[in-house]
Amino acid sequence: MLEINNLVVDIEDKRILNGLSLTVNDGEVAAIMGPNGSGKSTLSYVIAGKEDYTVLDGEILLNGENILELEPSERAAKGVFLAFQYPLEIPGVATMTFLKSVLNAQRKARDEDELTTPDFMRRVKKAAETLEIDQEMLKRALNVGFSGGEKKRMEILQMALLEPSFCILDETDSGLDIDALRIVAEGVNALRAKDRSFLVITHYQRLLNYIVPDTVHVMSKGKVVRSGGKELALELEANGYADYRELAA
Amino acid sequence: MSVITPIRTPAEAGLIDLYKVVRNTLPGTKATLKHRDEAFAVIEAAGLPHRRVEDWKYTDLRNLMQEAPPLAARPHLAETDPAIAKSKAFAAVSGARVTFVNGHLVTTEAIPEGVEVTPLAEALTNGHPLLARMGGPEVARDNAAVALNSAFVADGAIIAVADGVTLEEPLVLRFINTGTKAFATSPRVVLAMGDGAALTLVESHEGPGGVGYHSNSVVEIVAGSSVDIAHIRLNAEGDRALALSTLMVTLGADAKFASTGVVAGGHVSRHQVFLAFAGERSVATIGGATMLAGKSLADTTLVVDHRVPGCQSRELFKTVVDGEATGVFQGKIIVRQHAQKTDGQMMSAALLLSEGAAMNNKPELEIFADDVVCAHGATCGQLDDELLFYLMARGLPRPEAEALLVQAFLGEALEPIALEDVREELTDMVASWLAGRAG
Ligand SMILES: Nc1ncnc2c1ncn2[C@@H]1O[C@H](COP(=O)(O)OP(=O)(O)OP(=O)(O)O)[C@@H](O)[C@H]1O
Ligand SMILES: [Mg+2]
Repeated sequence: MLEINNLVVDIEDKRILNGLSLTVNDGEVAAIMGPNGSGKSTLSYVIAGKEDYTVLDGEILLNGENILELEPSERAAKGVFLAFQYPLEIPGVATMTFLKSVLNAQRKARDEDELTTPDFMRRVKKAAETLEIDQEMLKRALNVGFSGGEKKRMEILQMALLEPSFCILDETDSGLDIDALRIVAEGVNALRAKDRSFLVITHYQRLLNYIVPDTVHVMSKGKVVRSGGKELALELEANGYADYRELAA
Repeated sequence: MSVITPIRTPAEAGLIDLYKVVRNTLPGTKATLKHRDEAFAVIEAAGLPHRRVEDWKYTDLRNLMQEAPPLAARPHLAETDPAIAKSKAFAAVSGARVTFVNGHLVTTEAIPEGVEVTPLAEALTNGHPLLARMGGPEVARDNAAVALNSAFVADGAIIAVADGVTLEEPLVLRFINTGTKAFATSPRVVLAMGDGAALTLVESHEGPGGVGYHSNSVVEIVAGSSVDIAHIRLNAEGDRALALSTLMVTLGADAKFASTGVVAGGHVSRHQVFLAFAGERSVATIGGATMLAGKSLADTTLVVDHRVPGCQSRELFKTVVDGEATGVFQGKIIVRQHAQKTDGQMMSAALLLSEGAAMNNKPELEIFADDVVCAHGATCGQLDDELLFYLMARGLPRPEAEALLVQAFLGEALEPIALEDVREELTDMVASWLAGRAG
């Protein structure tokens, strides 16, 4: 599904990713953990195609194709989805208008027919119910005035509607209360499939109790410094990152 | 002592020659002629306003008006019918219609009871009691565009709405310009609203592309107390047009006035709003959305005069500038010494979509009372890269992502329009402007 080789990325002459390599197989749920500032969000932005970064070396292959030259919208159409650590408020853009525009834009890019309004409404309603999102919220401008947890749920709602094949969840658990965490995790688990992979960035083992990962990767100073199975997360929870700071140097 | 002979530009010299020729042929009594002469004297003495005149700093009319085209004659039926047939603005909006072609009133349709429409040419010739109330608020005196209109006005309408009359459907004023060679029009409409009267006034201004015509319209609203007026104005003038327009409003007590203007046409345009509160406890909301591209210029100039206590004014203007176009917003809130408890807020926000785009914002407060709440603000920026990335990461190609953000930006200025079909038509206009921009 996703293969990253020796990725070197700067922002304003500051090295953020420093020869990062990572492979996520079809259907795999990979967790990424690592100290603050180690470059986890940067990695997610670079995969999604944010402009601010200078990629100096390396490649990101999505199903064998290097996506580094593609626009963010083209990557999205190929199945990349990023649930933002800090979802943005977009005043003046009604949530439903937004959802319909993005769904149809992706369908168009894939040469699929646009959704009819009733079909669209049905899908939104179903996804909203699963994630226990109030219909009232869907009537407001996108994310405007939503609580931190509501914004995170809205990200997962979008993910459910867009049915991407490579999903990045950047600290989706932060800001969620215990019930919301369970609801969101169930929403994610429901999407797990043979042809869909996940990159789950988190600081807490707790999320991984709900979304059980196949692999766990430790990032430090812009590199993956250790990879293992789900038990690695427990080990980190117990011992912290002290051992890994040295490894990256 | 030396006598300074001002150097006339070709347009100024042309206007002087033109006025000499037309002053005796334009309609009206001796008193009308006196008004015309007084108005033209303002232009003759000072010339066309230029950048060293404070109010015209960003819209140098002397420089922008390159000639004085002939006044458009009253058109023949053979010209009016095809021009009216081509008019698209608010075609789907049902209501009363007063249609002007090249500034001359040609038809009135479905005028409801309690409303009286008199062609201005007729009113000027025969006299009309409402002529005495023409002239606009004090803050509009000596304004060059109004003076030009007063000097050259050939027709228009006096519309009287009787006390207590509520119009269920809007009153649509269509100003249709037509012609293949440059011409000038100066229509004037006076709307007198009786106490307690209510209506929605919809104004559209359209004209041919590729023709450097000049339009200079003035709409005056003189309102009694407890009126409720919604006003929507569309500038869809031709792409070479020099379009001046003025809205003058005097409100009585307990009045409600809401105006939204959309600028989607014209090469050079300037829309002026002069509003005076003459009665207490009135509320005015004035706003607009302007879309600019190419090398065009659009100026919105606004003066709100709080002459009495306890009134509220709200202004929100949005401007989107693309290409090498220039936007201008000049807004002034005046609070007179006795106008205590005034609440005035004015905001102008601009979005620049290209390197060559420019915006001049000049908001001002002139406050002589001490117990007031007034604020003004102006912003000018580009599309937010973070928001663009968010939308693109969801799959919207860049042009669509930009269009969605621009639409949201301008949409806020259209929100106050209560008439759904009118708001939708204007929203579609924004969308098609954006689609045109994407190519
Ligand atoms: N726009 C920017 N300009 C300069 N430095 C930046 C910018 N964006 C990120 N950085 C730096 O890059 C480094 C990695 O940041 P990033 O947000 O990727 O970390 P993270 O691993 O996601 O951290 P956290 O766990 O706190 O979310 C940090 O040192 C951060 O300060
Ligand atoms: Mg982060």
